[in-house]
Amino acid sequence: MTALLETVGLQKAFGAVVAAGDISVTVRRGQRLGLIGNNGAGKTTFVNIVTGHLKPDAGRVLLDGRDITGLAPRQVRRNGVSRSFQIPQLFGSLTLEQNLLMALAILRKEGISSWRSARSDAHMAELDELLDRFRLRSYREQTIAVLPGGVRKLIDVAMAVTHQPKLLLLDEPTSGVAVEEKFPLMDVIMQAIGGSQSTVLFVEHDMEIVGRYADRVLAFYAGRIIADGDPAEVLSNEEVQRYVTGTAA
Amino acid sequence: MAGMLGTLAAALIAFAVLALAGFAAPNWLVLVATLAFSKGLVALGIVALMRGGLVSFGQGTFYCAGAYAAGLAMRSFDIGDAALLVALGALAGLILGLLIAPLLASYRGIFFATLTLALSMIVYGILNKTYSLGGSDGLNLHAPTFFGYRPAGSQQGGYALFLFASLVTVIAAALCRIHFDSVRGLLSLAARDNEIRLEYLGASVRFVSGINFVIAAVLAGIGGALSALSLGHIDPDFAFWATSGEFVFLAILSGYVSVTAVFVAAVLLELVRSFSSQYFPNTWQGALGVFLLLIILFLPGGLGSLVPRLRLGAKGVQAPAGKRE
Repeated sequence: MTALLETVGLQKAFGAVVAAGDISVTVRRGQRLGLIGNNGAGKTTFVNIVTGHLKPDAGRVLLDGRDITGLAPRQVRRNGVSRSFQIPQLFGSLTLEQNLLMALAILRKEGISSWRSARSDAHMAELDELLDRFRLRSYREQTIAVLPGGVRKLIDVAMAVTHQPKLLLLDEPTSGVAVEEKFPLMDVIMQAIGGSQSTVLFVEHDMEIVGRYADRVLAFYAGRIIADGDPAEVLSNEEVQRYVTGTAA
Repeated sequence: MAGMLGTLAAALIAFAVLALAGFAAPNWLVLVATLAFSKGLVALGIVALMRGGLVSFGQGTFYCAGAYAAGLAMRSFDIGDAALLVALGALAGLILGLLIAPLLASYRGIFFATLTLALSMIVYGILNKTYSLGGSDGLNLHAPTFFGYRPAGSQQGGYALFLFASLVTVIAAALCRIHFDSVRGLLSLAARDNEIRLEYLGASVRFVSGINFVIAAVLAGIGGALSALSLGHIDPDFAFWATSGEFVFLAILSGYVSVTAVFVAAVLLELVRSFSSQYFPNTWQGALGVFLLLIILFLPGGLGSLVPRLRLGAKGVQAPAGKRE
């Protein structure tokens, strides 16, 4: 498999706090990569730099060999990198249908129309498919503000997977979700994106979820990567157990 | 496509109804309605901005630009046809809007509102001291022709102007409805809700705001030209902050959901103002203030939210933003 994402020497500090200290990672196409680490370890900073929300103090982000460092989030999205958020970022006063139509309509080749309705036949067919894929059909006409947290998480991911992103970054997809709903939620998400060719990076605190859904794990600590490898290898690493999972003897 | 055709059909019917109503209505009411439509167009522009989460307190700038463009064309170039004068008003709004939009489209909230207000007061100050444009006295305009037709007498002239203003209004309203229901229109509502998400979906919030700003400027230019023809006089007060405030008042009164509500609110406000100033000449502003207070307290979504509220309220369902009416 060829490299899709490559970060070279990423550095980012907020005052005296180093959030990214020389992060160099190569992600191959098709990988399911879990990012673990305590709060403040640098996982979300890494996601924010890759998706254009933050500009690194130093270093480069390459996607398919193309330098996308410092591009605005919308430009990064147009290059094929999409993301979901720890706290779902949705359009609260609009319905689920309007939220998904928005995601479907923006990146279409014909551009954003000032007169064609968002409810065109092409959009509606894609919308139906997306609703089924994420099992959201029963919420279609409901306003986002009244929907439960787990459903909002699914919508957040559903909006991110439209237009087949090359790289999908999920920031804590199960945070704020009840323990018994975490695996069903991840099952729906992974099945929904399973058919696509997207490479997936997900930030996660639940090691059982990491163990089940990732085929490679990066462990962050104090802005550095302290372990990188397959889940079993990383989770049994002494440093990871001491600084991340807290399971060291 | 069906929605677009429905909107155009509704516009055609609305124009026919207005034409008949104007024919039967007394002359004073025709004049009030013409002025209300002119101001409603400016408020419709603010509604376009409000849908994207912005409020301009300086639409008087473009209203004034439209009015002076029409007035100067009439006085300096002897252009007397209403259609041409209104087109020039729209052009003045467009040019000014295109020049200012890139400067203001990055600002939000109180900063955007204050900057638009500041611009309008600069224009007001300049016009007051520009004696070639009439200074604080302004300019008088004569009655326009309508596609070559010159009405005989003021009553015919008033009705002809009303018909023309109605035509311009229904066209602008229909185009705005189509735009509001389009992908870009939906983008405005999304920008109002969550700019971060919109950027991450690949859209530029700044561009969305810029487009809305230009639309609002063109509508204000058209409204200004129509007002100038309706009043037969223009002066720097067109750009005064209180004039801009009145348009914001109208937009709040109508809400951002319904296009029709903007013009209903405009007629209502002009009627309240006419009667209040006749019967309570020194306190009518107070009456308007109480009116606005009641709207904000009991109908925060404006008059346009009344129909969906009545329709869905009984079921306990919350109306989503921007639902078509």
